[in-house]
Amino acid sequence: MKIHEYQAKELMAKYGIPVPRGGMAASPDDARRVAEELGGSVVVKAQVHAGGRGKAGGVKVVDSPDAAAEFTGSILGKQLVTFQTGPEGVPVNSVLVEETMDIAQELYVAIVLDPSERRPVVIASAAGGMEIEEVAEATPEKILRAVVDPTVGLQPYQGRALAYGIGVPAELVRPAADLIVRLYRLMADLDCSQVEINPLVVTGDGRVLPVDAKLNLDDDAMFRHKDLTALRDASQEDPLESQAHDIGVIYVRLDGDVGCLVNGAGLAMATMDIVTAVGAAPANFLDVGGGADEDRIRAAVRILLSDPNVKRVLVNIFGGILRNDVLARGLVGAYADTGSKAPIIARMLGTNVDEGRQILRDSGLDVTVVETLKDAAEALSAA
Amino acid sequence: MSILVDRNSRVLVQGITGREGSFHTLRCIEYGTNVVAGVTPGRGGQKFGETDIDVYDTVAEAVRETSANVSLIFVPAPLAADAILESAAAGVALVVPIAEGIPPLDMVPVARTLEGSGTRMLGPNCPGLISPGERCKVGIMPGAIHTPGRVGVVSRSGTLTYEAVGQLSALGIGQSSCVGIGGDPVSGTTFVDVLRLFNDDPETDAVVLIGEIGGTKEQEAAEYIKAEMTKPVAALIVGQSAPPGKRMGHAGAIITGSAARAENKVAALRDAGASIIPSPADIGTTIQDVLGG
Repeated sequence: MKIHEYQAKELMAKYGIPVPRGGMAASPDDARRVAEELGGSVVVKAQVHAGGRGKAGGVKVVDSPDAAAEFTGSILGKQLVTFQTGPEGVPVNSVLVEETMDIAQELYVAIVLDPSERRPVVIASAAGGMEIEEVAEATPEKILRAVVDPTVGLQPYQGRALAYGIGVPAELVRPAADLIVRLYRLMADLDCSQVEINPLVVTGDGRVLPVDAKLNLDDDAMFRHKDLTALRDASQEDPLESQAHDIGVIYVRLDGDVGCLVNGAGLAMATMDIVTAVGAAPANFLDVGGGADEDRIRAAVRILLSDPNVKRVLVNIFGGILRNDVLARGLVGAYADTGSKAPIIARMLGTNVDEGRQILRDSGLDVTVVETLKDAAEALSAA
Repeated sequence: MSILVDRNSRVLVQGITGREGSFHTLRCIEYGTNVVAGVTPGRGGQKFGETDIDVYDTVAEAVRETSANVSLIFVPAPLAADAILESAAAGVALVVPIAEGIPPLDMVPVARTLEGSGTRMLGPNCPGLISPGERCKVGIMPGAIHTPGRVGVVSRSGTLTYEAVGQLSALGIGQSSCVGIGGDPVSGTTFVDVLRLFNDDPETDAVVLIGEIGGTKEQEAAEYIKAEMTKPVAALIVGQSAPPGKRMGHAGAIITGSAARAENKVAALRDAGASIIPSPADIGTTIQDVLGG
């Protein structure tokens, strides 16, 4: 689950990490008030779940409370389009108004879970403000890593080694190391799938603090962080993905016109690849899972069909616990609910496959039943 | 022959009295698996369903009484880490947690604890493993699609593994063992571990490897194939059409850097000498060519 920058900084402050002075504002008046409290020039930053805000015009340094209010008024309610969003962008419903700083150095710190190490790894770099991927390609020697032993957690010496390594001035190494250790504690306590501070700055007045902060919470751990579920901002999600999340199926919206209904993530990716290989394009990734019942399948297919780009539907089911008759009834039900006429290519195998195919044949829908993946690909390219 | 499990494996099931646990335990028994015990805290002293399999309160007790050496774990995701560690503490040689959705940070201390111990973990978020010639199925895969034979299968996926096996069996190509290593970012047994076992198994002639976007497990497999593998490998990587930054169902299936992309994995495997399976529809025919040539 993604959260906003201002929320990430509030969580960081709770863990004793110094953050810039400032506050969230959801109206021009709020923004003016925060700017007045801060005094002097301030930076106003659109709060959206996407990177690349600066280049997209979502960040501005202003020199008065009135200017802060004016800029806030100009972006609130608008869609911000960045390189990470689709062409429709994401809505700006709030801004973060913060003090400006005298920046002496821009650094980078992040913590990720490394599948090869099977442990969290702290990544630090002297090249702050750049995408870490670019740094990794151009100057890999600038990236330092510290692997965390989960039995003892990240140790202060590791924080110090990183801080020295990325060129933090000697007199600020201790607070920088302390920040890194606290960041790990936050990550471990709150089950973050990723935390990233880019840039982490050293200021002219001798502070070390995050200018931007990204923090993702792991969906699979939310059951033990009920208090954090309130941080979800569904307005930033694709509406169809958001609905799918609410009914417990995994749906990712894509650009094509072939709706894909599949059980299992691997088979769902394989199905997308088959669609792409014949020159068509998948409209979505959808894994209905092994234990879905008729109602959940019906709701999932309704979501799939409510994407206006979907012109036809490819069903690829390897029924185990999931019975094909249950799947077919859910599918037919969703077509009845939506009135869709999108033709169906149905490739079904496994439990109760004959009943499932019969239900589709009897449905009056435009159904092509195929046996193998190859047949499915041929049916797709023939249409 | 087979790898990891065979007709002598003594299987205990953690969470045997739950809905999924009991359903799949019966399917395993029908297939021929030697299920020797079940564990559900609070249900000790009972028999499992209509069988004469004893249910124990603790894994330690079950192991003491039955010498179980494999644990199939159906405990739900929030409690799975504890169940894995309980089996490891009891000295079970192979643990197979099935649950999807275990918090990844729960698996970090588990993986740390298992390092250097006598316990191997397969998964989590996996379908388990099966050795058809040995009539031993430790997992949730449909047993009937498998055929005894000499091709090994290793995969990060569940249903896509069934697809692969279905294509192999339809062409009359049997399997020595089929192993699902799971779709989570932090897991136990790796592609390299399984390739090494297949390489050393005198009754496996070739291996089908099914990888996907995310992480670098396939690149590590490629290094092993290049350096040590003496048997042919046919490899499929799915997720070629997935956009960056989006999680494709599996927690581990997200493109977070160039190495995580499908084309980089395909290139690494091709360079290592693996035969690349061009499309998910061609798994069976590719291995057929490999075996024929």
